[in-house]
Amino acid sequence: MSQARLSPGVHSGRLSADELARNFSDVAPPLDAHEARVAADRCYFCHDAPCIIACPTSIDIPLFIRQIATGTPDAAAMTIFHANILGGMCARVCPTENLCEGACVRMEAEGDPVRIGALQRFATDGLMAREGHPFRRAAPTGRRVAVIGAGPAGLSCAHRLAAKGHDVVIFEARPKPGGLNEYGIASYKTVDGFAAAEVEWLLGIGGIELRHSQLLGDQMTLEALRAEFDAVFLGMGLGGVNALRTEGEERANVLDAVAFIRDLRQAGDLGVLPVGRDVVVIGGGMTAVDAAVQSRLLGAENVTIVYRRGQDRMSASLHEQDHATSSGVRIICNAAPVAIHGNGAVAEVEFAYTEDGPDGLVLTDQRFRLKADQCFRAIGQRLEGVPVGLVLEGGKIAVTGPGRSSLDRVWAGGDCAAGGNDLTVTAVAEGRDAAEDIHALLTGGDNG
Amino acid sequence: MADLRSDFIGIRSPNPFWLASAPPTDKEYNVRRAFQAGWGGVVWKTLGSEGPPVVNVNGPRYGVVHGADRRVLGLNNIELITDRPLEVNLREIKSVKRDYPDRALVISLMVPCDEDSWKAILAAVEDTGADGVELNFGCPHGMSERGMGSAVGQVPEYIEMVTRWVKQHSRMPCIVKLTPNITDIRKPAEAAKRGGADAVSLINTVNSITSVDLDLFAPEPTIDGRGAHGGYCGPAVKPIALNMVAEIARSPETRGLPISGIGGVTTWRDAAEFLALGAGNVQVCTAAMTYGFKVVQEMITGLRDYLDGHAMELGDLIGRAVPNVTDWNRLNLNYVTKAVIDQDACIKCGRCFAACEDTSHQAIAMKPGRVFEVIEEECVACNLCVDICPVENCITMRELAPGEVDRRTGLGRGDYANWTTHPNNPMAKAAE
Ligand SMILES: Cc1cc2nc3c(=O)[nH]c(=O)nc-3n(C[C@H](O)[C@H](O)[C@H](O)COP(=O)(O)OP(=O)(O)OC[C@H]3O[C@@H](n4cnc5c(N)ncnc54)[C@H](O)[C@@H]3O)c2cc1C
Ligand SMILES: Cc1cc2nc3c(=O)[nH]c(=O)nc-3n(C[C@H](O)[C@H](O)[C@H](O)COP(=O)(O)O)c2cc1C
Ligand code: SF4
Repeated sequence: MSQARLSPGVHSGRLSADELARNFSDVAPPLDAHEARVAADRCYFCHDAPCIIACPTSIDIPLFIRQIATGTPDAAAMTIFHANILGGMCARVCPTENLCEGACVRMEAEGDPVRIGALQRFATDGLMAREGHPFRRAAPTGRRVAVIGAGPAGLSCAHRLAAKGHDVVIFEARPKPGGLNEYGIASYKTVDGFAAAEVEWLLGIGGIELRHSQLLGDQMTLEALRAEFDAVFLGMGLGGVNALRTEGEERANVLDAVAFIRDLRQAGDLGVLPVGRDVVVIGGGMTAVDAAVQSRLLGAENVTIVYRRGQDRMSASLHEQDHATSSGVRIICNAAPVAIHGNGAVAEVEFAYTEDGPDGLVLTDQRFRLKADQCFRAIGQRLEGVPVGLVLEGGKIAVTGPGRSSLDRVWAGGDCAAGGNDLTVTAVAEGRDAAEDIHALLTGGDNG
Repeated sequence: MADLRSDFIGIRSPNPFWLASAPPTDKEYNVRRAFQAGWGGVVWKTLGSEGPPVVNVNGPRYGVVHGADRRVLGLNNIELITDRPLEVNLREIKSVKRDYPDRALVISLMVPCDEDSWKAILAAVEDTGADGVELNFGCPHGMSERGMGSAVGQVPEYIEMVTRWVKQHSRMPCIVKLTPNITDIRKPAEAAKRGGADAVSLINTVNSITSVDLDLFAPEPTIDGRGAHGGYCGPAVKPIALNMVAEIARSPETRGLPISGIGGVTTWRDAAEFLALGAGNVQVCTAAMTYGFKVVQEMITGLRDYLDGHAMELGDLIGRAVPNVTDWNRLNLNYVTKAVIDQDACIKCGRCFAACEDTSHQAIAMKPGRVFEVIEEECVACNLCVDICPVENCITMRELAPGEVDRRTGLGRGDYANWTTHPNNPMAKAAE
């Protein structure tokens, strides 16, 4: 065993290039045509299907699966894309066990759902591999819409607007489009540069101008955009990160999980990414799981997720939790951090066990310490840099109906808007629905 | 994108998918929902004469054959024609047609075999605005015992006579629906043509008993301890229907007679096969009864994809396979193929070996390590192994190149030659 593998502290190169390549390969390899036929055959083509209702974008799942079963996967892909233009990414990242597959009547019958996510990937991969973009734009309307953020919400909104014949300009703060698809989603869920390829494919519809490195509030103001454009859609996600408010939080190697994941997603060579030997992740959501699992995959020896409430309250799905534990991550529930110890850098994190009672969460006297040379905060993101004048609700942009904000001709959707569930697919749905509403307004329909 | 609009004997519909005359088309409520779901047309559930309507049994009326996972492969029924009053049906037909002028609405009819009965019903349907009539000469149970349905459809002279009355007393396009419960389907089709029919539709259901209750010792569906034969339909009858459609399409007597293809159409592919064999459109019953009206969406997108993929329009597909349907004695006996097993794809189940060794030509060798190989010296190219292999494309048939020696016969592959000139044929005419 190499020295680097077990050396304490935060180091790069714990694993060989081969090991890294294996660890970060596709976590759910695609179905081949035969597997897809077999999987599709299990769909009952239910009436008013529960899976459709469970999908935030309401993809006609039984129809697309029947189209696969009858040998027309391209038609299946079109059924998907009509409802969800990021159906390719969603096939990879949706927690299907909580959505479509969780609702599949086969769960009721035999506890084993139709593999909807895998089938969706089969269909969409096939069509996206073809030359050209499958949607045509309607005749130009001469209307212009500004979209803030090239994440799932913004992209979905922009595509639907472009399809309706409007011209769209996307203002994106980062150098690359995709939002968390590019900077956040676990890398083994979206290998081979899929996020970037998907954006390029989506923009193939035409009529969407992407301006990167454009930060709303810096390079331009909402006021100016409202003056210049017929409508504005805000899809800026959640840029800020919640603090632990724990003593010692300022110590070195106490980091934001999202920043760690961002670096990981952008690293050309995973071998240069530093990771601790003992890693502690604080949080209970998808971000916590992704940071923990990817730390393990980079070669951390001991990785522990510590969540302050019971396991049933973790927002990471059971499937995600299983993925973590089978990757060698330990999950401790009902414990909250009380101090981060160390001499300059973190060395130990101290926790108190908690009790979730009628008066909320209380810390008990039971304490324990975990060795840590790296500690990740993954206790949620928050909205940052909201333009003035927008009414907020629970720290997010308040919206009514299909994403109408408190300002005239300004819509919001995705993570930055109140009311969603912080999933890629929900951002897609909200972007799409806002686009329909904007279109209705711009073409003289109901003006809300 | 291919245009699916269809014109069948002058009756237009946005696509060639119609619902067949059956429970899905028995009332206004259903037909409206069917049109909303995208069906191009319907043939209304068969109407009878004025007066007290027929009655149905009040116990189960279907039998079923299931495949694995309870997939419906075949359905059998003992239902009669509509059991709702004539005037109610006529009023509803008029109302639906008024709201859906772009969809095809054809009325199926079955009345006693006398001219006055037909004259009366035709007068009654004339002002509904319907696009045509379909004569139900096919129903094999209940009505046939009363001298209607397949009792007419099995006697070509009756078909001709009734069709003639209909053409005489009505200006509406007339489709004659044929029963498959007959030895030679060309005879009733010829009779319909002689009588002046604008088209034939086929098949109606096949006489059948789907299963026997082994405790009650009675056929299913069982009504109070007894059962009667019913009419079989669904995926299981498609091969029978395809052959009958092809027979009519290629017969010199009936060639060019428009055909509405019916029987087991469940997917776009089934429909495309009927169209390729000469059907101008298709009608569907069991697939809708199994999966609901929404199945038509898959048929529409699938057919469109297929046509686009082959750069064809709907009209290019209709009848395209008919010239390639021939008689056995015209098949090329010098077309030689051999089975080939792809060792990388093989999962070593051994089914090909069992099939060939036990029931065919002992042309597959089982070698150590469960390696299965074709013995070309024995292979007669029956392709049974291909059909029963669970892995798609694991076993394929390789065509011998011209001149290549067939290791079974030791002869080089020759040019086209069929049975009519084969030396073993006592009736062979010397090749000219
Ligand atoms: C680590 C992690 C893992 C996740 N894993 C999953 C998963 O597996 N499955 C799942 O369904 N969901 C997952 N999520 C949630 C999912 O990624 C988000 O719900 C989704 O990306 C929200 O889309 P959005 O378009 O609203 O925001 P984002 O994806 O955040 O996109 C917002 C975009 O706006 C830009 N922007 C922000 N502010 C400005 C500004 N002022 N001016 C201009 N541009 C701006 C940002 O740079 C960004 O590109 C994960 C989230 C995280 C953090
Ligand atoms: C329950 C049932 C009732 C039917 N009733 C009629 C009828 O009234 N008139 C008729 O012409 N055909 C009737 N049929 C036959 C269908 O129209 C159709 O010809 C047959 O079912 C084959 O098509 P399929 O395999 O798509 O079901 C009936 C079929 C079923 C299953
Ligand atoms: S389908 Fe079932 S519920 Fe409906 S009429 Fe028939 S037996 Fe009754």
